[in-house]
Amino acid sequence: MCLAIPGKILEISSDNPTSALVDVVGVRRKIDLGLLLDDMPVPGDWVLIHVGFAMSKISQQDATDQMNTLRALGEVEGAVQEVQGYGLENS
Amino acid sequence: MRFVDEFRAPELITRTAEEIRRLAGRERHYRLMEVCGGHTHAIYRFGLKDILPDNIELIHGPGCPVCVLPMGRIDDGLSIAQQPDVIFAAFGDMMRVPGTQGSPLEHKARGMDVRIVYSPSDALKLARLNPDKHVMFFAIGFETTAPSTALTVMRAKAEGIRNFSVFSNHVTIIPAIRAILDSPDMRLDAFIGPGHVSTVIGCRPYEWIASNQAKPIVVSGFEPLDMLQSIVMLLHQLRKGEARVENQYKRVVPWEGNRAALRAMAEVFQLRPYFEWRGLGFISQSALRLRDSYAEWDAEQRFEVPGVRVTDPLAAQCGEVLKGVLKPHQCKLFGRECTPEHPIGALMVSSEGSCAAFYSYEHRKAATASPLASIA
Repeated sequence: MCLAIPGKILEISSDNPTSALVDVVGVRRKIDLGLLLDDMPVPGDWVLIHVGFAMSKISQQDATDQMNTLRALGEVEGAVQEVQGYGLENS
Repeated sequence: MRFVDEFRAPELITRTAEEIRRLAGRERHYRLMEVCGGHTHAIYRFGLKDILPDNIELIHGPGCPVCVLPMGRIDDGLSIAQQPDVIFAAFGDMMRVPGTQGSPLEHKARGMDVRIVYSPSDALKLARLNPDKHVMFFAIGFETTAPSTALTVMRAKAEGIRNFSVFSNHVTIIPAIRAILDSPDMRLDAFIGPGHVSTVIGCRPYEWIASNQAKPIVVSGFEPLDMLQSIVMLLHQLRKGEARVENQYKRVVPWEGNRAALRAMAEVFQLRPYFEWRGLGFISQSALRLRDSYAEWDAEQRFEVPGVRVTDPLAAQCGEVLKGVLKPHQCKLFGRECTPEHPIGALMVSSEGSCAAFYSYEHRKAATASPLASIA
């Protein structure tokens, strides 16, 4: 999907600095930070997530706005389903 | 207009809409193309066309990576997965896209091992979990997605995971825009530029559209206010005869793009000399294949691929809708043989396809076609 999902970084994996636990409207999954090597996020930062990878860091306000946009587009359910599926958790 | 109150600054949305009416005037007819499927979806969902004056026409571009894949590529991917002990892994959006012998989901019903993944790294995880099988990841997407596939392939190589390959159908957005501008069917004044592709490639790649083609382009966010502001910015340029690249989505899109993502793409992928796009024909240097240094993870090197060219069903006008020459409801099959429940072509399957978007929100209005319904 073209649209990215906002999520909050909760913790960076201790054994793998390019893996982080994120929270997306209450769903917690690991995502890959490999595309943000030049400007790594820290816990508390918000990121835009696409197919399990963090694409960019954004402000909390922008995360809220992006969530509103997804909601207005009827895409929240799809976004949550995607995040729930990360790590093959839904299979 | 719907959803005005749900967004920040609703009064600003109304004022921006008024400014558009003022700037658009009455005499000139403006043709603006939004490239990306996410914007197409937003336009229909927010009812943006209802608040734009009649002399501003929004034309849908080919920014739907599922929609632009010719049927033959689906067949190719499925033929690989028909081999014993191969798992076909793809995003959910691919599952209902028709090949000549049915969609991946229909193949699953007939016994093929087909799995939905939500990330390329999960396709790799499947390979780790199933050492006695081969996982073929059917990769799709523009530059938004290609870096993630690239990183995953790098990890597969680093870990020595050999039962994993990528069937790459990644395509690049700039050649598609170029093909549209070269097409004799299309007359366009300006572009609303893609949002999330641009977080990867930045704004610089669009500069040739402004300087060589003299068309303005504004990279836009996805909220109604974002898109309306982008239209205001385009109208200002068009009225003054200017052609520049502007970034309305500064809060997310950096001008230089994402260097780490671009490095990953360059490390793993190279441009194919040419690739066939539904509706646009063969476009040179428009798609990605794995470099020889990653040949072991390239499904097209590991397996025999039929490579048969398949044309769309005769009556389906997917290509013309993709190019923006026809509106979805002008396709003869739209709403009759081709609906979201039984789609004939990918534009009705994909959430970013213009037919699916049009069907959901507007098909009832199609009976009373506006004077702008035909492009002639």
